[in-house]
Amino acid sequence: MRSSLISNRSLIILLAALLAPAMQAFGESAYITETSKAAEAKKCVDETDKVRRNHMDLLKHGRDETVREGKRGITYSLSECIECHASRNAQGEAVPVNDEGEFCQTCHGYVAVTPPCFQCHRTTPEEGSKGNQIGYHPSEFESDNNRFHHQPVGIQRD
Amino acid sequence: MSNKCDQPNMNRRKLIGGAIAATGAMTIAPGVILHAASTTSEDSTGASSKHRWGMVIDSNKCAEGCSACVDACQSEHGLESHGRPETDAKWIRTVKLKDKATEHENRLVLMCQHCENPPCVDVCPTTASFKRADGIVLVDRHRCIGCRYCMMACPYKARSFVHETLSNQSINAPRGKGCVEACTLCVHRIDEGVMQTACQEACEKEGHAAILFGDLNDPNSEISKILKTSNSVQIRADLELNTGVRYLNL
Repeated sequence: MRSSLISNRSLIILLAALLAPAMQAFGESAYITETSKAAEAKKCVDETDKVRRNHMDLLKHGRDETVREGKRGITYSLSECIECHASRNAQGEAVPVNDEGEFCQTCHGYVAVTPPCFQCHRTTPEEGSKGNQIGYHPSEFESDNNRFHHQPVGIQRD
Repeated sequence: MSNKCDQPNMNRRKLIGGAIAATGAMTIAPGVILHAASTTSEDSTGASSKHRWGMVIDSNKCAEGCSACVDACQSEHGLESHGRPETDAKWIRTVKLKDKATEHENRLVLMCQHCENPPCVDVCPTTASFKRADGIVLVDRHRCIGCRYCMMACPYKARSFVHETLSNQSINAPRGKGCVEACTLCVHRIDEGVMQTACQEACEKEGHAAILFGDLNDPNSEISKILKTSNSVQIRADLELNTGVRYLNL
C-alpha cells in the first residue's frame, strides 16, 4: 500500500515538473496582438482572467439574450471581441481574428478546439459599421502602454 | 366500481396541480440563482410583447421595374449572389400577379410575413425557428441544423437556405452555410431604436413609399390607423396565421 502511495505521489511530482514549462509558457504569453485596439485598453470588458477562463460561457449566454430576447449592447459580445482584438497589418487592414497567430486562433489552436463562431460571424471589424457604437467601448478605459513591456511571445508550435 | 363519466375529474386535477406548484415554489425559492443582468445600457431591455411589429405594403405604389427594396435588403444584410439564382438567398422578392380572366397585372413584394401563428415555428425540431416577444419571427442560427422543415412549412416560400461557405458577413446579419434564414424585419435596427426597415427606407428614397413599418399593437401608430381605415388583406388569410405583413390594393 505504502509503496504504491509513494509511487503515485512521485508520479504527480514528475508530471508537474514536466508540465511546468508548458504551463508557464501558456500563462506568461500575452494573447493581445500589438496592433489591435485591445493593446490600448487597460482591461477587458471584465476581469481579464475571468473572461479568459469563461468567455465561451459568457458568449453563449449573451448570444441567447441578443438573438432570442433582443437585448443589444450586452457586455460579452462577440462582435466587440472582434472589434477590439483584430490586429492591423502594415496596410492598416484588419486581420481576421482566426488567422494563424491571431488573437482567437492562438489559444484555440493550442488547446485544439475549433469554435464554430466564425462559420457565421465575420472575423474582422466591419469598416464604418454601427457595430462599434454598440456595447463596450475601449476608449472609455485609459490607455496603459506599460502592458507591453514584455513582447507577446505567442505560443510556440511546431 | 364502474366509471360513469369518461371525463377526468378536473377539480381533482386542479387540486393536485396546485399542491405540486405550491411545494415546487417552496423548494425552489431558497436555491434560486438569478443571472446577473449583463446588459450595459439601461434602455436595452430587449423585445417586449407590448409591441407587435408589422408592415403594410401598398401594391399600387409599388412601381414596375423597381427593385430598390430588394437591393437595399441585400446590402443591409450582406446577401451576395453566388451566380445561382435558384439557391441565392432572397429575404424579399418581387412577385408578379396576373388575373388570367382580366389580364390585370399586379405586383407585390413578398417576404417573411411574421405570422402570429407561424408554421415554421411549429415544425422546427430544435426551436431554432422562433417568434420573439414583439412578434418578429427569426431563425436562431445557433440552434438551426439546416433540416429545412420550416422552408417546406412556410406558405409564403419566404425562407432561404445558405448553400455556400460565407465570409465577410455583414455585422447586421451573421449568417453561414447550412442554416435557414429569412427576413428579420431589420431586427438589428429595431433593437437600436431605428424604427425603419432597410426596404422601407429604400422605397421612400425612390419616392414610392409603398412600404410602411410600424407597431400593430399601438392604436395611434400610422400603420394601425391605415389598417383601421383601409381595406387591407393578408396573403392566404384562409390559413389564419394572422400575418404581421398586410397588403393594400392587392
